[in-house]
Amino acid sequence: MLADICTRCLTAKTSPQKGRISLTFTEMARSLAGFLVLVLVVSICEGASLFQPISDSHRSAALELFTLDHGSFESLEETYEALRTFQILGMEKKPDVTAAACRSISETVGSSSSTPKDLFYALKANSIAECKIHEKASKGIISSLNAAVRGASSLLDFYYSVGGLVLIKDQNSKDDIHLVDAEGVFRSVKAFSQSDGRWRYSSNNPESSAFAAGIALETLAGIVSLASSELDQSLINTLKNDISKLFDSIEKYDDGTLYFNDKLVDGHEYQGPLSTTSSVLRGLTAFAAVTTGNLNLPGDKILGLAKFFLGIGVPGDAKDFFYQIDALACLESNRVPIPLILSLPSTVLSLTKKDSLKVRVTTVFGSNAPPLAVKLVGAFSSRSKDASLVEIQELKFDQVSGLHILNDLPESIDVGSYTFVFEVVLQEAEDEMVYVTGSQTKVSIFVTGLIKIENSEIVILDNDLGSIESQKKLDLAGKNAASLLANHLQKLRLSFQLTTPRGHAFKPHQAFLKLRHESEVEHIFVVGNSGKQFELVLNFLGLVEKFFYLSGKYDMELTVGDAAMENSLLVAIGHIELDLPEAPEKAPRPPPQPVDPYSRYGPKAEITHIFRAPEKRPPQELSLAFLGLTILPLLGFLIGLVRLGVNMKNFPTKPVPATFGVLFHLGIGAVLLLYVFFWLKLDLFQTLKMLGFLGVFLVFVGHGVLSHLAAASAKLKSA
Amino acid sequence: MGRASSKEDAGALFHSLRSAYAATPLNLKIIDLYVGFAIFTALIQVVYMAIVGSFPFNSFLSGVLSCVGTAVLAVCLRIQVNKENKEFKDLSPERAFADFVLCNLVLHLVIMNFLG
Repeated sequence: MLADICTRCLTAKTSPQKGRISLTFTEMARSLAGFLVLVLVVSICEGASLFQPISDSHRSAALELFTLDHGSFESLEETYEALRTFQILGMEKKPDVTAAACRSISETVGSSSSTPKDLFYALKANSIAECKIHEKASKGIISSLNAAVRGASSLLDFYYSVGGLVLIKDQNSKDDIHLVDAEGVFRSVKAFSQSDGRWRYSSNNPESSAFAAGIALETLAGIVSLASSELDQSLINTLKNDISKLFDSIEKYDDGTLYFNDKLVDGHEYQGPLSTTSSVLRGLTAFAAVTTGNLNLPGDKILGLAKFFLGIGVPGDAKDFFYQIDALACLESNRVPIPLILSLPSTVLSLTKKDSLKVRVTTVFGSNAPPLAVKLVGAFSSRSKDASLVEIQELKFDQVSGLHILNDLPESIDVGSYTFVFEVVLQEAEDEMVYVTGSQTKVSIFVTGLIKIENSEIVILDNDLGSIESQKKLDLAGKNAASLLANHLQKLRLSFQLTTPRGHAFKPHQAFLKLRHESEVEHIFVVGNSGKQFELVLNFLGLVEKFFYLSGKYDMELTVGDAAMENSLLVAIGHIELDLPEAPEKAPRPPPQPVDPYSRYGPKAEITHIFRAPEKRPPQELSLAFLGLTILPLLGFLIGLVRLGVNMKNFPTKPVPATFGVLFHLGIGAVLLLYVFFWLKLDLFQTLKMLGFLGVFLVFVGHGVLSHLAAASAKLKSA
Repeated sequence: MGRASSKEDAGALFHSLRSAYAATPLNLKIIDLYVGFAIFTALIQVVYMAIVGSFPFNSFLSGVLSCVGTAVLAVCLRIQVNKENKEFKDLSPERAFADFVLCNLVLHLVIMNFLG
């Protein structure tokens, strides 16, 4: 299951079926062990990688990448790249793309200020779009290009001008265009070459690159085709030497792919391996087209270059896409040996489903290969690295599907991961010249199957005697609800047998027994094996401290899993009641269980405010009774006054003092009333304000009446 | 013999006090009656507090203190008005009464504020 996902991930880029990876994981598939397996399988894949030819996923990606921006492409170069890509992939011309191309082409061609570079790309695009160019315009182009050739000083000047002339010649069948002094031009271009096979861009720039070599080769091929007479053969031969020297500088990746790369000197000028290799291939192919006799390019190097381009998968950038497709088209062009690619639709085989091994051999674009045979020459696993597990056999070719099939996997192939080695043999002798197949192709295959689980049982044993206390048979494929009892003096033994479909012993990646206490504390034990028999013995006497002295019900869960196992399982076996002794003082506490994160950050319990209990008030009747009692002394006072014989004789008789007297008493009464209001509803400031007025009034009035009384009593005393 | 005589003495003392008191002028008797009334009111409030507890304490205090304060002011007035007191000869009774009224008013303002 895991390997299936692994290989699907690896081939997802190049696989035509965009199947969804079904996530029917069990818990164990996510565990750390499973991840390590993934890493292991990937590392195996590294050594023996699989290259898929160009397929429909490329075509759909091309439609997405090469889109018109506001009705036209950014530049003529991009116009050409888009058209060429669609042409190579066999996608039909879209009218809006063609119309946009024709617009820019006619604009460039018609303008007299176009540089040779613009004209070059316009003509290149036109070779695909096939727009009509006016007589006058083409004449103008020819003359300007000829002038450019004469005045060229750098490699790129030569490239654009010569290239433009070649294209015009192809498009304009009637005019016979020739280069004046072709040999002179050839030599001036050749002057840029260096001894290691690389080329410089100009005479003042010392930096050389393989990218420039590709350009130079294309230019020289153009010169040869434009020459009116045969060029000196020695010149061509020196060029062949340069090419072989260039191939000496080819670089290699671990998976057997080859590429050309330049040193990174100036970031501006640097072209990555993809564009450099693509440029070199273009130049090579162009040169091979114009020379007689072959270039003697080593076939395995061509295959390595093809694998380099296929190994990219589907590029995400339009320019990278063009470089890849253009280079692969050069490889199919018959000028160089055509590489044949061996690919497998699926590298995961199931023994249960009786999958057959299917191999396809095609060209880089997925076209049919010539008659050939595919032989399986060896199968190696991690256990038998040197000895092959299978004998050499030929795969049967099925005409209908175009696949080479091996119907039944040999008995020696059990579940697990293998490296299969294939060899491709061409059946017709003349194809040997045309095609190149490579010597041997290593592919990593993963085989899965159903593992038989038998004789599974769980037993409680008495420690000393080893006698069986209780025994339960388990059905690991179905439901189990074993209920066991044990104390710390006993042992638990779990045992089962695992057998592969071919009858061999099998050691899975994961064989765990998990005991989970009711308080969520978990313990995991690995089930060890000897051959087919898997056994785990838990001696509770030694485990008492590990279990933190927690007695109670433990749930048991068995996990058996492996990438090659189609029936990996995670089953609950049942539960066991463990009776362990009491924990001593210094015993370690079980670790705190992780808190459910939602409860920690969730809302807390609501706090209700507890108000201060109001004081106990006395019953209202009692309070009212005492209110009455308080009035009593006042009554007593009044009665006493009457008994004493209080009189009002001293009250002044004259009107002024009398009024004063009355007002005095009224004033005091008013102040007391003010106090009552103060208690009931006024606040202090209002009271004080009122009191201020009343006080002043009272003082004035009181002074009046009292001074009159004083004067009266003084007069009486003196008299 | 001693007990009987102390009892007789107490009775004789009480009678002589009573007759002497009858001689005091009327205005002083009025003031005395007022003081008695005030103190009696305070006592009733204290008894009430003893029964029901001292919540709210501020009310109790203001009640008791108003009674006690006014009694004290009345006693001051009696001292000042009493003709037999040579110290206050120059102070007229009306003036003393005006002081008494003013102080009482201030006292009762504070008491009303504190009453709550």
